[in-house]
Amino acid sequence: MVDLAFLLVTFFMLISKFAPEEVVVVDTPSSTSDIKLPESDILTISVDKDGRIFYGVEGQHTKRELIDKMGAKYNISFSEAEKAKFSNTASFGVPIASLKQLLNTPESQVKNIKQPGVPADSLNNELGDWIYQTRLSNPKVRIAIKGDNDADVPTIKKVIKTLQDKKVNRFNLITDMEAKPRI
Amino acid sequence: MAEIQEKGGGKKGGKKRAKKQSTKIDMTPMVDLGFLLLTFFILTTTFAKPQTMEISMPVKPKNQDEQSELKASNALTLLLGENDKIYWYAGLPDAPAAPGVQVADYSANGVRKILLDRKSNPDLVVLIKPMEKARYKNMVDLLDEMNITESNKYAIVDVDPRDEKLVTQAQAEGK
Repeated sequence: MVDLAFLLVTFFMLISKFAPEEVVVVDTPSSTSDIKLPESDILTISVDKDGRIFYGVEGQHTKRELIDKMGAKYNISFSEAEKAKFSNTASFGVPIASLKQLLNTPESQVKNIKQPGVPADSLNNELGDWIYQTRLSNPKVRIAIKGDNDADVPTIKKVIKTLQDKKVNRFNLITDMEAKPRI
Repeated sequence: MAEIQEKGGGKKGGKKRAKKQSTKIDMTPMVDLGFLLLTFFILTTTFAKPQTMEISMPVKPKNQDEQSELKASNALTLLLGENDKIYWYAGLPDAPAAPGVQVADYSANGVRKILLDRKSNPDLVVLIKPMEKARYKNMVDLLDEMNITESNKYAIVDVDPRDEKLVTQAQAEGK
Protein backbone atom coordinates (compact mmCIF):
# COMPACT_ATOMS: atom_id res chain seq x y z
CA MET A 1 0.00 0.00 0.00
CA VAL A 2 2.81 2.35 0.89
CA ASP A 3 4.50 1.52 -2.39
CA LEU A 4 1.34 2.38 -4.19
CA ALA A 5 0.99 5.63 -2.29
CA PHE A 6 4.47 6.69 -3.28
CA LEU A 7 3.83 5.66 -6.82
CA LEU A 8 0.82 7.93 -6.84
CA VAL A 9 2.82 10.75 -5.26
CA THR A 10 5.36 10.46 -8.04
CA PHE A 11 2.63 10.34 -10.63
CA PHE A 12 0.92 13.47 -9.38
CA MET A 13 4.21 15.27 -8.95
CA LEU A 14 5.14 14.64 -12.53
CA ILE A 15 1.76 15.35 -14.00
CA SER A 16 0.86 18.48 -12.12
CA LYS A 17 1.58 21.80 -13.64
CA PHE A 18 0.94 24.64 -11.32
CA ALA A 19 -1.51 27.12 -12.67
CA PRO A 20 0.26 30.44 -13.21
CA GLU A 21 -1.04 33.22 -11.05
CA GLU A 22 -3.57 35.25 -12.89
CA VAL A 23 -3.43 39.00 -12.62
CA VAL A 24 -7.02 39.26 -13.66
CA VAL A 25 -10.13 37.32 -12.76
CA VAL A 26 -12.03 36.19 -15.81
CA ASP A 27 -15.22 34.23 -15.41
CA THR A 28 -15.68 32.57 -18.77
CA PRO A 29 -19.08 31.69 -20.20
CA SER A 30 -19.98 28.05 -20.71
CA SER A 31 -20.53 26.24 -23.95
CA THR A 32 -21.27 22.73 -25.14
CA SER A 33 -18.17 22.67 -27.28
CA ASP A 34 -15.96 19.72 -26.43
CA ILE A 35 -12.76 20.77 -28.15
CA LYS A 36 -9.92 20.99 -25.69
CA LEU A 37 -7.49 23.84 -25.76
CA PRO A 38 -4.16 22.67 -27.16
CA GLU A 39 -1.36 22.08 -24.67
CA SER A 40 1.23 24.56 -25.77
CA ASP A 41 1.90 27.66 -27.84
CA ILE A 42 -1.16 29.50 -26.68
CA LEU A 43 -1.54 33.23 -26.88
CA THR A 44 -4.31 34.30 -24.55
CA ILE A 45 -6.08 37.61 -24.87
CA SER A 46 -8.15 38.06 -21.75
CA VAL A 47 -10.92 40.59 -21.53
CA ASP A 48 -12.22 41.22 -18.04
CA LYS A 49 -15.59 42.56 -17.03
CA ASP A 50 -14.39 46.16 -17.13
CA GLY A 51 -13.28 45.74 -20.72
CA ARG A 52 -9.58 45.72 -19.92
CA ILE A 53 -7.43 43.69 -22.28
CA PHE A 54 -4.69 41.47 -20.90
CA TYR A 55 -2.08 39.81 -22.98
CA GLY A 56 -0.40 36.53 -22.16
CA VAL A 57 1.70 34.12 -24.12
CA GLU A 58 3.27 30.81 -23.21
CA GLY A 59 6.88 29.88 -23.58
CA GLN A 60 9.86 31.64 -22.04
CA HIS A 61 11.83 31.74 -25.27
CA THR A 62 8.94 33.26 -27.16
CA LYS A 63 8.51 35.92 -24.52
CA ARG A 64 12.18 36.75 -24.48
CA GLU A 65 12.27 37.17 -28.23
CA LEU A 66 9.04 39.09 -28.10
CA ILE A 67 10.25 41.69 -25.63
CA ASP A 68 13.43 42.21 -27.66
CA LYS A 69 11.37 42.87 -30.77
CA MET A 70 8.82 45.07 -29.05
CA GLY A 71 11.60 47.03 -27.33
CA ALA A 72 13.25 47.64 -30.67
CA LYS A 73 9.99 48.70 -32.25
CA TYR A 74 9.03 51.16 -29.54
CA ASN A 75 12.60 52.30 -28.76
CA ILE A 76 12.51 51.11 -25.19
CA SER A 77 15.57 49.29 -23.95
CA PHE A 78 14.90 46.66 -21.34
CA SER A 79 17.66 45.46 -19.05
CA GLU A 80 18.57 41.77 -18.74
CA ALA A 81 16.77 41.56 -15.41
CA GLU A 82 13.62 43.08 -16.87
CA LYS A 83 13.69 40.69 -19.79
CA ALA A 84 14.10 37.76 -17.42
CA LYS A 85 11.18 39.03 -15.37
CA PHE A 86 9.07 39.43 -18.49
CA SER A 87 9.74 35.88 -19.63
CA ASN A 88 8.35 34.71 -16.29
CA THR A 89 5.27 36.89 -16.36
CA ALA A 90 2.13 35.01 -17.32
CA SER A 91 0.14 37.98 -18.49
CA PHE A 92 0.05 41.73 -18.24
CA GLY A 93 -2.30 44.56 -19.04
CA VAL A 94 -0.36 47.80 -19.36
CA PRO A 95 0.65 49.98 -22.29
CA ILE A 96 4.22 49.31 -23.34
CA ALA A 97 5.30 52.70 -21.98
CA SER A 98 4.53 51.53 -18.45
CA LEU A 99 5.73 47.97 -18.94
CA LYS A 100 9.17 48.82 -17.58
CA GLN A 101 7.61 50.14 -14.42
CA LEU A 102 5.50 47.02 -14.03
CA LEU A 103 8.51 44.77 -14.46
CA ASN A 104 10.38 46.67 -11.77
CA THR A 105 7.59 46.28 -9.24
CA PRO A 106 8.27 43.57 -6.68
CA GLU A 107 6.29 40.37 -7.13
CA SER A 108 4.28 40.91 -3.95
CA GLN A 109 2.96 44.28 -5.06
CA VAL A 110 1.97 43.47 -8.62
CA LYS A 111 -1.47 42.46 -7.36
CA ASN A 112 -2.06 45.91 -5.90
CA ILE A 113 -1.36 47.73 -9.12
CA LYS A 114 -4.39 48.51 -11.19
CA GLN A 115 -3.41 47.57 -14.69
CA PRO A 116 -5.29 49.66 -17.27
CA GLY A 117 -5.20 47.05 -20.05
CA VAL A 118 -3.32 46.86 -23.32
CA PRO A 119 -4.42 49.62 -25.70
CA ALA A 120 -6.20 48.34 -28.79
CA ASP A 121 -7.70 51.49 -30.25
CA SER A 122 -7.38 52.20 -33.91
CA LEU A 123 -4.97 55.08 -33.24
CA ASN A 124 -2.75 53.30 -30.77
CA ASN A 125 -3.09 49.60 -31.38
CA GLU A 126 -0.36 48.04 -29.27
CA LEU A 127 -2.29 44.80 -29.06
CA GLY A 128 -1.91 44.36 -32.80
CA ASP A 129 1.85 44.86 -32.53
CA TRP A 130 2.09 42.37 -29.68
CA ILE A 131 0.18 39.81 -31.73
CA TYR A 132 2.21 40.45 -34.85
CA GLN A 133 5.54 40.22 -33.07
CA THR A 134 4.47 37.11 -31.20
CA ARG A 135 3.61 35.41 -34.44
CA LEU A 136 7.03 36.36 -35.79
CA SER A 137 8.70 34.96 -32.68
CA ASN A 138 6.66 31.77 -32.69
CA PRO A 139 4.76 31.03 -35.91
CA LYS A 140 3.01 28.04 -34.35
CA VAL A 141 1.19 30.17 -31.83
CA ARG A 142 -2.56 29.72 -31.53
CA ILE A 143 -4.71 32.58 -30.43
CA ALA A 144 -7.39 32.24 -27.80
CA ILE A 145 -9.75 34.89 -26.51
CA LYS A 146 -10.75 34.51 -22.91
CA GLY A 147 -13.59 36.86 -22.26
CA ASP A 148 -15.58 37.44 -19.11
CA ASN A 149 -19.33 36.83 -19.04
CA ASP A 150 -19.92 40.53 -18.63
CA ALA A 151 -17.27 41.77 -21.01
CA ASP A 152 -18.80 44.29 -23.35
CA VAL A 153 -19.26 43.58 -27.01
CA PRO A 154 -17.43 46.68 -28.36
CA THR A 155 -14.20 45.57 -26.65
CA ILE A 156 -14.51 42.03 -27.94
CA LYS A 157 -15.20 43.37 -31.40
CA LYS A 158 -12.16 45.59 -31.12
CA VAL A 159 -10.04 42.53 -30.30
CA ILE A 160 -11.51 40.53 -33.18
CA LYS A 161 -10.99 43.43 -35.55
CA THR A 162 -7.37 43.73 -34.45
CA LEU A 163 -6.92 40.02 -35.10
CA GLN A 164 -8.45 40.30 -38.52
CA ASP A 165 -6.26 43.27 -39.34
CA LYS A 166 -3.29 41.04 -38.55
CA LYS A 167 -4.77 38.39 -40.84
CA VAL A 168 -5.71 36.06 -38.02
CA ASN A 169 -9.04 34.67 -39.06
CA ARG A 170 -9.09 31.50 -37.00
CA PHE A 171 -9.04 31.73 -33.28
CA ASN A 172 -10.45 30.10 -30.19
CA LEU A 173 -12.87 31.31 -27.57
CA ILE A 174 -12.14 29.82 -24.17
CA THR A 175 -15.26 28.60 -22.41
CA ASP A 176 -16.32 26.38 -19.53
CA MET A 177 -17.89 23.03 -19.96
CA GLU A 178 -21.63 22.58 -20.20
CA ALA A 179 -23.72 19.51 -20.91
CA LYS A 180 -25.13 19.36 -24.38
CA PRO A 181 -28.92 19.53 -24.30
CA ARG A 182 -30.98 17.13 -26.28
CA ILE A 183 -33.05 18.57 -29.06
CA MET B 1 2.32 5.65 16.27
CA ALA B 2 6.02 6.22 16.70
CA GLU B 3 7.18 3.79 19.26
CA ILE B 4 10.20 3.87 21.40
CA GLN B 5 12.01 0.63 21.23
CA GLU B 6 12.56 -0.78 24.62
CA LYS B 7 16.12 -1.47 25.30
CA GLY B 8 17.18 -4.83 26.57
CA GLY B 9 15.21 -5.51 29.72
CA GLY B 10 17.67 -5.38 32.62
CA LYS B 11 20.93 -7.06 33.00
CA LYS B 12 21.16 -10.73 32.58
CA GLY B 13 23.65 -12.16 34.83
CA GLY B 14 25.97 -9.22 34.30
CA LYS B 15 27.33 -10.78 31.19
CA LYS B 16 28.48 -8.27 28.64
CA ARG B 17 27.28 -9.03 25.18
CA ALA B 18 27.13 -7.00 22.00
CA LYS B 19 23.66 -5.56 21.85
CA LYS B 20 21.68 -6.94 19.01
CA GLN B 21 20.30 -4.00 17.04
CA SER B 22 16.91 -4.39 15.58
CA THR B 23 17.00 -4.26 11.76
CA LYS B 24 13.47 -2.91 11.52
CA ILE B 25 13.00 0.81 10.96
CA ASP B 26 9.91 2.54 12.03
CA MET B 27 8.37 3.70 8.74
CA THR B 28 5.27 5.37 10.11
CA PRO B 29 6.49 9.01 9.77
CA MET B 30 7.60 8.42 6.23
CA VAL B 31 4.29 6.92 5.26
CA ASP B 32 2.49 9.83 6.91
CA LEU B 33 4.51 12.23 4.87
CA GLY B 34 3.88 10.18 1.75
CA PHE B 35 0.15 10.38 2.18
CA LEU B 36 0.34 14.04 3.01
CA LEU B 37 2.13 14.72 -0.26
CA LEU B 38 -0.30 12.50 -2.11
CA THR B 39 -3.25 14.46 -0.76
CA PHE B 40 -1.55 17.73 -1.60
CA PHE B 41 -0.84 16.79 -5.18
CA ILE B 42 -4.26 15.31 -5.74
CA LEU B 43 -5.89 18.47 -4.50
CA THR B 44 -3.70 20.87 -6.43
CA THR B 45 -3.76 19.14 -9.80
CA THR B 46 -6.13 20.60 -12.29
CA PHE B 47 -7.16 17.97 -14.73
CA ALA B 48 -9.87 19.89 -16.46
CA LYS B 49 -8.37 21.90 -19.24
CA PRO B 50 -10.51 24.74 -20.50
CA GLN B 51 -12.81 24.05 -23.39
CA THR B 52 -12.60 26.09 -26.49
CA MET B 53 -14.76 27.06 -29.40
CA GLU B 54 -13.08 27.47 -32.69
CA ILE B 55 -14.15 30.41 -34.76
CA SER B 56 -13.18 31.20 -38.28
CA MET B 57 -13.89 34.67 -39.44
CA PRO B 58 -14.11 35.35 -43.14
CA VAL B 59 -11.03 36.71 -44.81
CA LYS B 60 -11.52 40.32 -45.71
CA PRO B 61 -12.62 40.46 -49.33
CA LYS B 62 -10.30 42.28 -51.65
CA ASN B 63 -13.06 43.69 -53.79
CA GLN B 64 -16.78 43.91 -53.39
CA ASP B 65 -17.55 42.05 -56.61
CA GLU B 66 -16.53 38.69 -55.19
CA GLN B 67 -19.18 38.85 -52.52
CA SER B 68 -22.41 37.12 -53.18
CA GLU B 69 -25.71 38.74 -52.45
CA LEU B 70 -27.81 37.20 -49.72
CA LYS B 71 -31.40 36.55 -50.60
CA ALA B 72 -33.89 38.01 -48.17
CA SER B 73 -35.81 34.76 -47.98
CA ASN B 74 -32.73 32.97 -46.72
CA ALA B 75 -31.74 35.47 -44.08
CA LEU B 76 -32.49 35.40 -40.39
CA THR B 77 -31.25 38.32 -38.37
CA LEU B 78 -30.64 38.03 -34.64
CA LEU B 79 -29.85 41.24 -32.81
CA LEU B 80 -28.35 40.76 -29.37
CA GLY B 81 -29.68 43.49 -27.14
CA GLU B 82 -29.23 44.41 -23.51
CA ASN B 83 -30.71 42.50 -20.58
CA ASP B 84 -30.21 39.17 -22.37
CA LYS B 85 -32.82 39.83 -25.03
CA ILE B 86 -32.70 38.83 -28.65
CA TYR B 87 -34.52 40.94 -31.18
CA TRP B 88 -35.02 38.95 -34.30
CA TYR B 89 -36.68 39.08 -37.65
CA ALA B 90 -36.61 37.10 -40.85
CA GLY B 91 -35.18 38.81 -43.88
CA LEU B 92 -32.89 41.74 -44.33
CA PRO B 93 -32.94 45.10 -42.51
CA ASP B 94 -34.55 47.08 -45.32
CA ALA B 95 -37.52 44.77 -45.53
CA PRO B 96 -38.08 42.59 -42.47
CA ALA B 97 -40.67 39.97 -43.25
CA ALA B 98 -43.92 39.94 -41.35
CA PRO B 99 -44.48 40.05 -38.42
CA GLY B 100 -41.50 42.33 -38.01
CA VAL B 101 -39.15 42.43 -35.07
CA GLN B 102 -39.85 40.00 -32.29
CA VAL B 103 -38.20 39.34 -28.97
CA ALA B 104 -36.79 36.03 -27.80
CA ASP B 105 -34.58 34.84 -24.99
CA TYR B 106 -31.73 32.36 -24.69
CA SER B 107 -33.78 29.48 -23.31
CA ALA B 108 -34.57 26.27 -25.12
CA ASN B 109 -37.95 27.65 -26.13
CA GLY B 110 -36.51 30.92 -27.26
CA VAL B 111 -33.85 31.20 -29.87
CA ARG B 112 -33.34 27.46 -30.23
CA LYS B 113 -36.93 26.99 -31.31
CA ILE B 114 -36.60 29.77 -33.86
CA LEU B 115 -33.52 28.13 -35.31
CA LEU B 116 -35.00 24.65 -35.34
CA ASP B 117 -38.18 25.88 -37.00
CA ARG B 118 -36.08 27.13 -39.88
CA LYS B 119 -33.94 24.07 -40.27
CA SER B 120 -35.96 22.98 -43.27
CA ASN B 121 -34.28 25.67 -45.32
CA PRO B 122 -30.75 24.46 -46.06
CA ASP B 123 -29.67 27.81 -47.44
CA LEU B 124 -30.58 29.72 -44.32
CA VAL B 125 -27.92 32.17 -43.22
CA VAL B 126 -28.11 33.44 -39.67
CA LEU B 127 -26.79 36.94 -39.18
CA ILE B 128 -25.64 37.49 -35.62
CA LYS B 129 -25.43 41.13 -34.75
CA PRO B 130 -24.26 41.84 -31.22
CA MET B 131 -25.30 45.33 -30.24
CA GLU B 132 -23.26 47.66 -28.03
CA LYS B 133 -25.10 46.87 -24.85
CA ALA B 134 -24.95 43.08 -25.20
CA ARG B 135 -22.66 40.97 -23.08
CA TYR B 136 -19.93 38.67 -24.31
CA LYS B 137 -21.82 35.77 -22.74
CA ASN B 138 -24.71 36.44 -25.10
CA MET B 139 -22.41 36.14 -28.06
CA VAL B 140 -20.91 32.87 -26.88
CA ASP B 141 -24.34 31.51 -25.97
CA LEU B 142 -25.61 32.21 -29.43
CA LEU B 143 -22.59 30.68 -31.13
CA ASP B 144 -23.17 27.68 -28.92
CA GLU B 145 -26.80 27.63 -29.93
CA MET B 146 -25.66 27.45 -33.56
CA ASN B 147 -23.55 24.49 -32.61
CA ILE B 148 -26.41 22.76 -30.80
CA THR B 149 -28.90 23.23 -33.60
CA GLU B 150 -26.23 22.43 -36.18
CA SER B 151 -26.94 25.58 -38.10
CA ASN B 152 -23.73 25.81 -40.04
CA LYS B 153 -24.25 28.98 -41.95
CA TYR B 154 -23.87 31.97 -39.72
CA ALA B 155 -21.87 35.11 -39.52
CA ILE B 156 -21.09 37.72 -36.92
CA VAL B 157 -21.96 41.00 -38.53
CA ASP B 158 -21.84 44.62 -37.46
CA VAL B 159 -25.11 46.25 -36.55
CA ASP B 160 -26.74 48.22 -39.30
CA PRO B 161 -28.18 51.67 -38.43
CA ARG B 162 -31.50 50.40 -39.80
CA ASP B 163 -31.36 47.56 -37.27
CA GLU B 164 -30.95 50.00 -34.43
CA LYS B 165 -34.00 51.86 -35.63
CA LEU B 166 -35.99 48.64 -35.75
CA VAL B 167 -34.96 47.76 -32.22
CA THR B 168 -35.82 51.17 -30.75
CA GLN B 169 -39.13 50.90 -32.55
CA ALA B 170 -39.75 47.48 -31.03
CA GLN B 171 -38.79 48.76 -27.59
CA ALA B 172 -41.20 51.65 -27.97
CA GLU B 173 -43.93 49.17 -28.75
CA GLY B 174 -43.19 47.57 -25.40
CA LYS B 175 -41.65 44.35 -26.60
